[in-house]
Amino acid sequence: MKKKFVGASMLAPTVWLGLTTHKLRSFLTMLGIIIGVAAVISLMSIGRGTQANIVSRIQNLGSNLLFISPGGTTEGGVRAGPGSASTLTLEDATAIQQDVPYIVSVAPSNSASLQIVVAGQNTRSQVSGITPEYQQAYNLQLSAGDFITDYDYQRAMKVAVLGPNVANTLFKDDDPVGQTVRMGNIIVQVIGVLQSKGQSFMGGTDDAILVPLTTLQQTVAQQLTSSGQHVVRSVVMQVDDQQHAADVTSEIIALLRERHRLADSTDNDFTITSQEDIINTISAATSSMTLLLGAIAAIALLVGGIGVMNIMLVSVLERTREIGIRKAMGARDRDIWAQFLIEAALLTFAGGIIGVAVGWGVSYLVSSVGQMTTVVSADIVILAVSVSVGIGIFFGFYPAWNASRLDPIQALRSE
Amino acid sequence: MIQLENLVKVYPMGKRELTVLKGITLNIEQGELVAVMGPSGSGKTTLLNLIGCLDKPTSGKYYLDGREVSRLSSNELAAIRGQKIGFIFQTFNLLSRLTALANVELGMTYAGGVNRQRAIEALAKVGLSDRVKHRPVELSGGEQQRVAIARALVKNPSVFLADEPTGQLDSRSGEEIISILTSLHAEQGITLLLVTHDINIARHCQRIIQLKDGEVVGEESI
Repeated sequence: MKKKFVGASMLAPTVWLGLTTHKLRSFLTMLGIIIGVAAVISLMSIGRGTQANIVSRIQNLGSNLLFISPGGTTEGGVRAGPGSASTLTLEDATAIQQDVPYIVSVAPSNSASLQIVVAGQNTRSQVSGITPEYQQAYNLQLSAGDFITDYDYQRAMKVAVLGPNVANTLFKDDDPVGQTVRMGNIIVQVIGVLQSKGQSFMGGTDDAILVPLTTLQQTVAQQLTSSGQHVVRSVVMQVDDQQHAADVTSEIIALLRERHRLADSTDNDFTITSQEDIINTISAATSSMTLLLGAIAAIALLVGGIGVMNIMLVSVLERTREIGIRKAMGARDRDIWAQFLIEAALLTFAGGIIGVAVGWGVSYLVSSVGQMTTVVSADIVILAVSVSVGIGIFFGFYPAWNASRLDPIQALRSE
Repeated sequence: MIQLENLVKVYPMGKRELTVLKGITLNIEQGELVAVMGPSGSGKTTLLNLIGCLDKPTSGKYYLDGREVSRLSSNELAAIRGQKIGFIFQTFNLLSRLTALANVELGMTYAGGVNRQRAIEALAKVGLSDRVKHRPVELSGGEQQRVAIARALVKNPSVFLADEPTGQLDSRSGEEIISILTSLHAEQGITLLLVTHDINIARHCQRIIQLKDGEVVGEESI
């Protein structure tokens, strides 16, 4: 007789009956929760999928990369954006390779916008002058031909390696290797085509036209610094291990500051970014986007919860007599309370489960039809289901309490 | 079994108070069949609600099976209702969504646990073995009241409280109900307190208590 509630085995049929008596009503009530949970699941999966997609694209570039770009100077209070100054040189790159430990490869590059002419087609495109190390740093694979070699670089050979998109645009179905392309005032021979890496950030190579840096220097008027060094647009370095990235970064900063003769009070005239930094920044941005999507979906869930409360209040009113009968049969206040609370929680739990299934389906559909990456993660599923149960308990609390407080004599008299 | 000592019930009616029971003193022995009669407004139903632990008296004492129950908490009263009181209502008060069997089982739900076998036996005792799976709408009024009797019977209560059990029935069904109750009394020795205004029904009891304006105005043994 000290039992806190009547047993679950006794409540189960009672609750089941409560839910199945008005099947359509129960379903419509659940629908609010279903839509809310499905929205949370599918939107979060799209958000997470986008994030995973972007991160993998950045990782596609290569591994453990550091990017240096010129600029970052402050002049007259205006901080120039990276890449806008001419402070980074080929000599800097050579010095880094010689002096900084843990560096696997250093790939300086420069680029120029050149007129490209192939078989009467005339376009303007960005041409990158690179060193052979570029291949290792960006982990480039060739689908045809060879990459630019040391020999090509030393001799400033008139050769080019094309990204797959460029090769396709210029040569359609023909084999590009061995064909010639006119770039500005020189004619180069195509010696290789890169494998596609998919869309990428920070210098994706699918649209690249690569020539030896030395060749580019001869083609376009080479920009020199006041001390006669060769200006480059960027230097990409590969570090042997991610854990050395911070040390390498500070060594490079010290080295370049010394080489550029910067006073202690001046800012760096270059910018170093690690791959990790970029991933972290973009992850943070997409995380907050995902959270925002989730928050919008959560509003739908909240509205669903209010629907549950509404229906439970109606249900209590409608079943006043039943409550009276149960109380006459010996049901205590908390038995009635538990009955209605469990009913509400079960309703939203079922809604949550169905919502997860629907959300899963939607995100599957989005990924297969909409070509977007979606990731349904276990934590979101568990969160969504437990939140929906929580909503049932929260919004069922007041109606259930109302029901439990009914006076049995009054309740028995009601129609 | 049931001892009432100077039981008073006062209802607040706005600013005034309405004294419905003005000091009822009453003894009902185990196995007694007692009818309570009186005009409407005499306090019959209020008395039954108090004895059924649905309500608490304003003052006075109520001993049920030797235990003073008039000052218990609502949870304790609910437990007593579950264990010791078998209600039979004028309007049957069955749950329309449940079968006869499930309605009988409801009588046990809050009284220790459901026992299907006992529920089936109880329905057999009121002659409804062939109506087990029927819902109230598929049953006649008399049959519905018999389900209600089975629901009370199944938990073997200390006392059956019947409030105008034949009030909604035609005379033939009414007689059936009374004969079921009297035969249960004869066979099992149940204690029954019956509220009625029909003297023909009251005559089936061993004792008739006359109530008027909240007071016992007469007692008659048959």
